[in-house]
Amino acid sequence: MKGKKTLSKTSKNNFITMGGLLLVYVIVLILKEGGITTNLINGQLVPICAYMIMAISLNLTVGILGELSLGHAGFMSVGAFGGVLVGTLMQEVSDSKILCLLVAVIAGGVLAALAGFLIGIPVLRLRGDYLAIVTLAFGQIIKSIVNILYVGLDADGLHVGFIEKPEILEEGKMIINGAMGATGIRKLSTFTFAFIVLMLCLIVIYNLIQSRTGRAIMALRDNRIAAESVGINVTKYKLLVFAISAAMAGMAGTVFAYNYSTVAPTKFDFNTSILVLVFVVLGGLGSMRGSLIAAALLTLLPELLREFSDYRMLVYAIVLILVMLGTNNPKIRDFFAKIVGKIKSVFVRKKTAKEENANG
Amino acid sequence: MDKGKIHEVISESIIPARDKDKRPVLECSHLGITFGGLVAVDDFNLTVGATEIAGLIGPNGAGKTTVFNLLTKVYQPTHGTILLDGQDTRGMSTMQVNKAGIARTFQNIRLFDKLTVEENVKIGLHNQIKCSTVSSILRLPSYWKTEKEAHEKALELLSIFDMQDMADYKAGSLPYGAQRRLEIVRALATNPKLLLLDEPAAGMNPSETAELMENIRKIRDTFQIAILLIEHDMNLVMGICEGIAVLNFGRIIAKGSPEEIQANPTVIEAYLGKKKED
Repeated sequence: MKGKKTLSKTSKNNFITMGGLLLVYVIVLILKEGGITTNLINGQLVPICAYMIMAISLNLTVGILGELSLGHAGFMSVGAFGGVLVGTLMQEVSDSKILCLLVAVIAGGVLAALAGFLIGIPVLRLRGDYLAIVTLAFGQIIKSIVNILYVGLDADGLHVGFIEKPEILEEGKMIINGAMGATGIRKLSTFTFAFIVLMLCLIVIYNLIQSRTGRAIMALRDNRIAAESVGINVTKYKLLVFAISAAMAGMAGTVFAYNYSTVAPTKFDFNTSILVLVFVVLGGLGSMRGSLIAAALLTLLPELLREFSDYRMLVYAIVLILVMLGTNNPKIRDFFAKIVGKIKSVFVRKKTAKEENANG
Repeated sequence: MDKGKIHEVISESIIPARDKDKRPVLECSHLGITFGGLVAVDDFNLTVGATEIAGLIGPNGAGKTTVFNLLTKVYQPTHGTILLDGQDTRGMSTMQVNKAGIARTFQNIRLFDKLTVEENVKIGLHNQIKCSTVSSILRLPSYWKTEKEAHEKALELLSIFDMQDMADYKAGSLPYGAQRRLEIVRALATNPKLLLLDEPAAGMNPSETAELMENIRKIRDTFQIAILLIEHDMNLVMGICEGIAVLNFGRIIAKGSPEEIQANPTVIEAYLGKKKED
C-alpha cells in the first residue's frame, strides 16, 4: 500500500505541473484573444514554448542523467534548419499548413535525434568536464556547418552547396542561405501548436522518469559503478537519453524557426546553450516544473526590461544573481515555505469542514 | 523462494555434502592482475561450491577487494581464467557478469542515494522484470503489469531484512546498518548464483553482527546460492564460513576450514608477525 502512495504522490505533483501549465495556456489564450496582451508578449509566446521544451529536454540530460551538456542549442539548430528544409519541400506537395508544420516538426526531431545519437557515441567514453567540452565543440561545429550551407530549390530539384552558393534558376528560391540562415519561412507556428508539442514532451519525460528505464537512468546518475554491478547497460541508456533529449530540442527548434520569416544560424550559438542551462540550473536540477517557470520568466524578462535600454543585460544579470542568492538563502526559503504551508492549511481546513458537513 | 527447497535444506545435516553433486559455481585459476609494475593479485586459485559460504580474509592491503573487482570485471584480469558455473567470463563487462550471475556489495556503500529504498531494489530487478521504453512512455498495459510485479517483488525482497516499512525513505537517509542491508537486498534482486559481500559487518556492533550472521545463512538456505565474503570480524568469518582462503600480498597463503586456518602458523605470522628468535 505504501509504495502505491508514493507513486501517486509523484504522479500528483506531475499532474499539478501539467494542470498548471494547461491553466496558464488557457488564461494566456483568453487574454490574447481578448486583445489585452501587447504585441510584444504575443510575439514571445511561441519562443517561450520552444525555450520551455529546450529547458525540460536539457534537464533530462543534466538533471536526470547527470551529464553536463553545453551544446544543446546545436540540436535546436539541426531541428530548426532540418525542419524548415523538409517543411518547405512538403509545401510543394501539400497545401495544408498544419500537415506541413507537423511533418517539419517530426523531421526536425528525427534529424536532431540522429545528431544526438552520433554525438553520443564518442561522448560515451567521456565524463564530466571533458564531456562538457566536446558538447560545446559540437554546438560550434553545427553552427559553422550551417553558416556555409546553401540549399536552393527550383524546377530542377534541390541544389546543395558548401561555401559556394549553388546556381539556381530564376524562379527558384534559396531555403538555407549560408550565414543568412533560413529565409522566406512561412509563419506556420501558432501558440496552440507550440503548446501541444510542449505538453507532449512534458508527458514523455514524466512517463519516462517514472518507469524501469527512468530508474536505470537515475541509477547511472547516482552511482555508475553500482548501476553497472546490478546489470544496467550504461551505453544503451546514455545514448537513449542523448537521443530523446536531442529529438525534443530539434522539435523546439522547428517550432521556433516557423515563428519567424528568417532564422540565422547565430541564433543557436553558445550563448543560447548557456541560456538554456541557466533555465535548468535556476529551476532546479531534475525539477521539470522549475525549468518551465525559469524558462518562461527568463525569456520574458529581457523583453520587460527594454525600458532600461542599454542597461538591460546588466539588470538581467543582477536579477539572476538575486534570484540565485534568494533561493539559496534558508531564511527566505523558510519564509516561502511558511506561506505555502498556510495556504495549504486553509485548503485542508475547508476540505475537512466540507467533509464534515457532508457526513453530518 | 520455493518452500520445498527450504525444507530440503533443513533436513540435511551436513551442509557441504550438498555441494558434492553440483558443480562449483566459481572456479578461478591462476588469476592475476598487475598495475604497471605492481603485482596486486598473483596466481589466485579458488573454488566456491554451489551453495557454499566462503570467506576471504587477510591483512589490510592484501588485495581482497581487488579480487572482487576482478571477479566482477571492474578490472580485467591480466592472467588466468574465471569460470562462473562452468562458463568462461573472459571479455565480459561488469554488466554482463551480473547478468551471468555474480552480484556484489561494496566496502564503501554505493547506494542510489537520491532514490527511495523501493526504487533501489527495483533497479536491482532491472533485468528480472522487463518493460520496454516505448510501452513505458505510452503507458501500455504491460507497463502497469510489470510495475505492479516489480513493486510486489521489491517488498517481498525487503521483507527478508524486515525493511518493507522503510520502502518510501530515501536510501541516503537510512542509518548505516540499514544501508548495508539494503545493498544486500539490491544485490539479491539481480537473482545471482554467487553473492560477493565486501565487509558486510563493517561498523556493526556485536548484536547486529550476530543478526547479520543469521541472515547470511538464511539467504543461502532460501535462495540456494553461494556466498563469498570479505570480512575482518573473525567471529563472523569463523562462525559461518565453511571454507576460508587467506590472502597476503596478493597471494593465497592458506586455504581450509575455520579450524585449520586458526591453527595455521603462516596465517598467524601474516596477522601478528614473526616470533622473535631468541
